[in-house]
Amino acid sequence: MSSSCHGTGGEDARPTGLKKILLMGNPNVGKSVFFSRITGVRVIASNYPGTTVGFTRGSMKLGDDEVEVIDVPGAYSLEPTNKAEEVAATMVAEGDLVINVVDATNLERNLYLTLELLERQTPVIVALNFADDTEHRGIEIDVAKLESLLGVPVVPTVAVSGRGIKELVDRITEATSPEFHHRSRDERWVAIGNIIAEVQSLTHRHHTWLEKLEDASIKPLTGLPLAALVLAISFLAIRFIGEVLIGYVLNPIFENLWAPLMMRLSALLGSSGFLHDLLIGRLINGEIDFFQSFGVLTTGLYIPFGAVLPYVFSFYLVLGLIEDLGYLPRLAVLLDNIMHRIGLHGYAIIPTMLGLGCNVPAIMATRVLESRRERFIAATLISIGIPCAASQAMIFGLVGAHGAQYVAMVYGTLFAVWIVLGVILNRVVRGFSPELLIEIPPYRIPHLRALATKLWMRVYGFLRDALPIILAAIFVIGILYTLGVFDYIANLAAPVVSGLFGLPKDAVIAIVVGFLRKDVAIGMLAPLSLSAGQLVVGSVVLAMFFPCIAAFVVLARELGVRGMLGATGIMLVAAIIVGSLLNLVL
Amino acid sequence: MSEKRQITVRQMNAGQSGAVIEILGGHGLVNRLSSLGIRPGKRITKVSSMFLRGPVTIQVDRTRVAIGFGMAGKIVVDVEEEKR
Repeated sequence: MSSSCHGTGGEDARPTGLKKILLMGNPNVGKSVFFSRITGVRVIASNYPGTTVGFTRGSMKLGDDEVEVIDVPGAYSLEPTNKAEEVAATMVAEGDLVINVVDATNLERNLYLTLELLERQTPVIVALNFADDTEHRGIEIDVAKLESLLGVPVVPTVAVSGRGIKELVDRITEATSPEFHHRSRDERWVAIGNIIAEVQSLTHRHHTWLEKLEDASIKPLTGLPLAALVLAISFLAIRFIGEVLIGYVLNPIFENLWAPLMMRLSALLGSSGFLHDLLIGRLINGEIDFFQSFGVLTTGLYIPFGAVLPYVFSFYLVLGLIEDLGYLPRLAVLLDNIMHRIGLHGYAIIPTMLGLGCNVPAIMATRVLESRRERFIAATLISIGIPCAASQAMIFGLVGAHGAQYVAMVYGTLFAVWIVLGVILNRVVRGFSPELLIEIPPYRIPHLRALATKLWMRVYGFLRDALPIILAAIFVIGILYTLGVFDYIANLAAPVVSGLFGLPKDAVIAIVVGFLRKDVAIGMLAPLSLSAGQLVVGSVVLAMFFPCIAAFVVLARELGVRGMLGATGIMLVAAIIVGSLLNLVL
Repeated sequence: MSEKRQITVRQMNAGQSGAVIEILGGHGLVNRLSSLGIRPGKRITKVSSMFLRGPVTIQVDRTRVAIGFGMAGKIVVDVEEEKR
């Protein structure tokens, strides 16, 4: 069995034998794909540096032994420059053996980490990944010579297709530690220069169309219009795919198959009563309304499967394509200027984009940012201004029913909040934000299988994490309603909600529930028969208010309790101010 | 014939190449740039720069690296210029 674990957990070094293998290498050399290949554990892999920020454990069979394998975040060197690299630097001491994954198309730069690893006591084996890419890039590497110069096995591999993986695994036992003496940085580069001169020869070749596109997408005159196009197409594609899935697949299933079944159950339960209301919910005009009934088996199943799943699927499908193509780092360069105004640099756009799917991985991804200040600003802005796919799906469903202009109002407000809050935080939060310094990966044609695996992991992850909480939330809501607990809370908070936000006092419950799941919370606005304006206020307030419990936990872990409390304070104040202002305007 | 001239990456034109002479920065910057392959002696080509003091993209070996405008002003290169 294998499990994945994000975070900085440590484990005792075992006394003898090969117990723990580390996969190490520069960022974006394909370590995670490699990891999946040898352990069978699925992990998210993308074409940009910093996809893996925590580490993932898995295991593989080596002879008769079961050996633990760890996918370590990418690092250019063992002298860390960000939190993800710190993880790598700390972990290196724990392994019994290192598989050093090296990008064959960037041998020189990759060898720096290799030499640092060889100076340590741990045995090393080198995987020369992207071996298929070298040919059309006009690079020729003498593998045998490289092997003899490094003194450790070197195996050419293509992780996405699986080429060379078996040979590498077979040769793991040959891994050795040549124990190079410790060198200074300059000495290492001199040594690398000598190695490169002997093993690598370059021939000139013409630019491919993909490389021409690489240039076009980073030059401002062509890059900015292209970025606008990419973002617009992505948004439309997400909406289109989501709508098609809802309209032609999920709604028919729920309306034509599930609803009649539930109506029969409803009749069986006597059309009313405690159990009926808990399972089926309230009947609206004698019918089940999947948005409003709020029974565990009606709304409880409709929210995750009928309303949210289609959008989670379409969002991650489109995001996966953009990620694997390698577009996101280019967006980071193009938006760097804007991001500096809010105290971040361009690369913060990557966690932010991930946040449009789910805030939890997004807040973790802020580890790619160098300073504490940036991580605080980025995580705070994500948890306040970036609605997750589940929230967005519910906003599309509820607010969208009143017209696209209201959906635009919600997005416009959240975007304005993100910018204004960022500008304020940039002035207030102490410390400095460093400049952009990133490697821009080449465009790669997305590998379909890898794409499908990633999509499946994310969609399955959503169902696994969200479904139980959604069902539990609706169950608890049903019970608390019956017990009258909500009336008590609602009366208590009525002045704020009714007075400032102009919402009925029942909306308080939605805010409370928002702490569990935002999709359910937004769904709770459905039975309140709100006007379009009220729905806009409600959606914005719910999107900004407390992140869901999962995001909350990650926020505390990544920012520390003080940072989390700070972010929460900002969140409360911002939500109250924005909610009140919106109420005045609408 | 060509003559050599020392300028910073900031001053380079898009498409221009040159050899890195030195990096005017502290240990941290020198370290980070060198781990991305930008260090004295390396030949680099400026690919593009964003307007309004935005980041500069350079190519070193087969890698493209985007660096902030400030950093671009700290990398001194020797550019070869065609005599007209």
